[in-house]
Amino acid sequence: MADVGRIILLRLGLGILTLLVISALIFGAVELLPGDIAQAVLGQGATEETLAALRTEMGLDRSAPVRYIDWLAGAIVGDFGVSLLNQQPVADVIGPRFANTLFLAAYAAVIAVPVAILLGIIVALLRNTIFDRVANVATLTSISSPEFFLGYILILYFSVKTGWFPSIAKLSSSMTFFELLEATFLPALTMVLVVVAHMMRMTRAAIINLLASPYIEMARLKGAPGWKVITLHALPNAWAPIINVVALNLAYLITGVVLVEVVFVYPGIGQLLVDAVTKRDFPVVQACCLIFAATFILLNLAADVGAILTNPRLRHPK
Amino acid sequence: MAEKGNVLLKIEGLRIEAYAEEKWFEIVHGVDLLLRRGEVMGLIGESGAGKSTIGLAAMGFARDGCRISGGSVEFDGLELTTTSETDRRRLRGSRIAYVAQSAAASFNPAHKLIDQHTEAPVHYRIRKRMESQEDAMELYQRLRLPNPREIGFRYPHQVSGGQLQRAMTAMAMSCRPDLIIFDEPTTALDVTTQIEVLAAIRDIVDQFNTAAIYITHDLAVVAQMADVIKVLLKGDQVEESDTRSMLENPQEDYTKSLWAVRSFQRAEKDRPGDEAVPVVTVENIDASYGPVKVLEDVSFDVHAGMTVAVVGESGSGKSTAARCITGLLPPTKGRILFQGEELPASYLARTKDQLRQAQMIYQMADTALNPKIRIGDIIGRPAEFYGGLKGTDLKNRVDELLDMIELDPSKFYGRYPPELSGGQKQRVGIARSLAADPTFIICDEVTSALDQLVAEGILRLLDRLQQDLNLAYMFITHDLATVRSIADEVVVMKQGRVVEQGQKSEMFKPPHHPYTDLLLSSVPEMDPDWLTTLLEERGVDNVGEAATT
Repeated sequence: MADVGRIILLRLGLGILTLLVISALIFGAVELLPGDIAQAVLGQGATEETLAALRTEMGLDRSAPVRYIDWLAGAIVGDFGVSLLNQQPVADVIGPRFANTLFLAAYAAVIAVPVAILLGIIVALLRNTIFDRVANVATLTSISSPEFFLGYILILYFSVKTGWFPSIAKLSSSMTFFELLEATFLPALTMVLVVVAHMMRMTRAAIINLLASPYIEMARLKGAPGWKVITLHALPNAWAPIINVVALNLAYLITGVVLVEVVFVYPGIGQLLVDAVTKRDFPVVQACCLIFAATFILLNLAADVGAILTNPRLRHPK
Repeated sequence: MAEKGNVLLKIEGLRIEAYAEEKWFEIVHGVDLLLRRGEVMGLIGESGAGKSTIGLAAMGFARDGCRISGGSVEFDGLELTTTSETDRRRLRGSRIAYVAQSAAASFNPAHKLIDQHTEAPVHYRIRKRMESQEDAMELYQRLRLPNPREIGFRYPHQVSGGQLQRAMTAMAMSCRPDLIIFDEPTTALDVTTQIEVLAAIRDIVDQFNTAAIYITHDLAVVAQMADVIKVLLKGDQVEESDTRSMLENPQEDYTKSLWAVRSFQRAEKDRPGDEAVPVVTVENIDASYGPVKVLEDVSFDVHAGMTVAVVGESGSGKSTAARCITGLLPPTKGRILFQGEELPASYLARTKDQLRQAQMIYQMADTALNPKIRIGDIIGRPAEFYGGLKGTDLKNRVDELLDMIELDPSKFYGRYPPELSGGQKQRVGIARSLAADPTFIICDEVTSALDQLVAEGILRLLDRLQQDLNLAYMFITHDLATVRSIADEVVVMKQGRVVEQGQKSEMFKPPHHPYTDLLLSSVPEMDPDWLTTLLEERGVDNVGEAATT
């Protein structure tokens, strides 16, 4: 197990390094954005003097590397600066939005991951049957449709025509947990439809890949029935690719949901990011991007660790 | 020999088809087989003879892409070809068990050995889990596995190949089946390990009076194991009779040719005098993979026109020595000389001409040839790279090389490796090494993946090329029959050290180094009493002890 610990520490170190590189890229990219925040805030009528004064106040007159170091040092301790628009600390602006996004992602994941893996196992077992083909076509259709389209279709059928669920995911602090689940059901379902296909197909492929292995033939020659061959003999060896694709999709649930949030007017971090970009609120943009990057890196790290832990050769060295 | 009982398995007119290139074609053409309780039948033949396919058909099983298309398989009164898949499945593991060629690949890497052992008995409710575990430990003990009470709780990768093969035999016994199919169970093992496994299998089959079908391509092995031998050729039965008469008096020409395979032996050349400069000299080299030392103080040399066979079990450092010579693994100590001049340790520091002089031929021609590149280009590449040949010159050179390896250039130039047979692929591998116009060739187990008849053809070819081109060979092998037929000098390696070296004729004559003796005496002979006699000589307990190392 000492080996496993070392591998994990190494990956964690690499993750932090990656995050550092990404932070520089984010900062650089935001620097390259055209336009001037002072001009944006004060409008076309502002004089050179007032613009300069505002830049000094915002610290924009300093050189980019100095501002980068300053920003990075703050970010490490959780201080992302203040929003240029309303002067609130960025952490306070992002915090509740990010929590909302996490809630929606978790909601979708709790449904999508088990469904995808279970479906993947079932279609692997019933491969090349009608069920397999129907499942493939259905999931391919859902993955190929843009999420805003799926979202509007769901609104049409589950909200406009039947009235079962609200079409706008409005949140308020007085809601109970179940009211919350009901209010956000449609956006969650949209996201489930988007991610299930990928995970299911990967599970199916990972399992079927192994079916030609000698140990699978051995299991059959020991008289194991089909479902046992799949769940007991193929699945335990297929976890690594499955975990990877799950992590990738979880990351997508957190970072790729801008359109879904817009369709359902859901107050998540995606919408916040879009607003901040259009209004040139750089500290918020930078913080959002950094959070997204950290999410990706953390989930990939988790996938690596998961793959290691499911590999008996690494878990039980000679 | 155990007492033989009633008919257990009766196969009549068995036909099996395989699906390839969008049509079904027959691979087994009407085979009959009769097996009584407690009887061991050896199925022998070259690859493509249909041995494994017939063995699986005896379990009512056809691999994906195969189907039983005719005939009958009757197991203990039940017709397997017509009964339901569920009924057939219920026989597998419980009444008919299977032992696969590679236990390392056939044990599920995700589960402990004992959990795989208990799977079938628990599934069939023959034993409770704890009972079955107890039984497993007892079987491990009978099969002389070390630490029988503990070894089952390890994962497959934590156990050696020979031990895994015995654990798999134990697993086959878990439900006390009436019939076990052994599919080349010792082919992947070293000779010394093979003996332990053979002895263990023979004992346990005898003790439980289990009937068995023993599939192998090795005549000497089947002679030890079987009561009856059946010879197969390309899906047809050639002949069948009891082991002794089959060995002493084979009837069919094909059987006789199989028996005669190991006859090729070329005259041994004497080592030139001390004044002659060897082509390659390996001087006191050490080598390691990371912190693990794999070679220690290895020295030998190879003279022009001579063959030095390097023998030893897997892990003895044979291939590592080759990697040092080619510069792929720079030695940590010692030096490599080429025609008296020291070579840089790493291939990166060697000149193109130094690289050209030493070439390699690999064991698995399948994986050593790029399947997407035409034969002509595979052979042409080194000729172009080292010889600078282009256009017509290059084409002529490739044609010449194809002629040398006895493949018709007009037919083979444009073909791709997957269209070739195993022996043809290995010939292409030889031509590729010759294309560089080397003086020294390392042959790494070049015949061990081939059938004996094909292997003999390759050995003859290598011998002829050596005479024509005055090549020096380093011949890595674990097969002493190959050594006997082609070597001039022999280097015996064990655990990274050279334990004995000298002229071949001296090596095969006593007195031997004890390890050489163990290797030599472990090679199965075509005498049905060989194993019994050997085990008596060594004392059975020694076998068990050898297994623990």
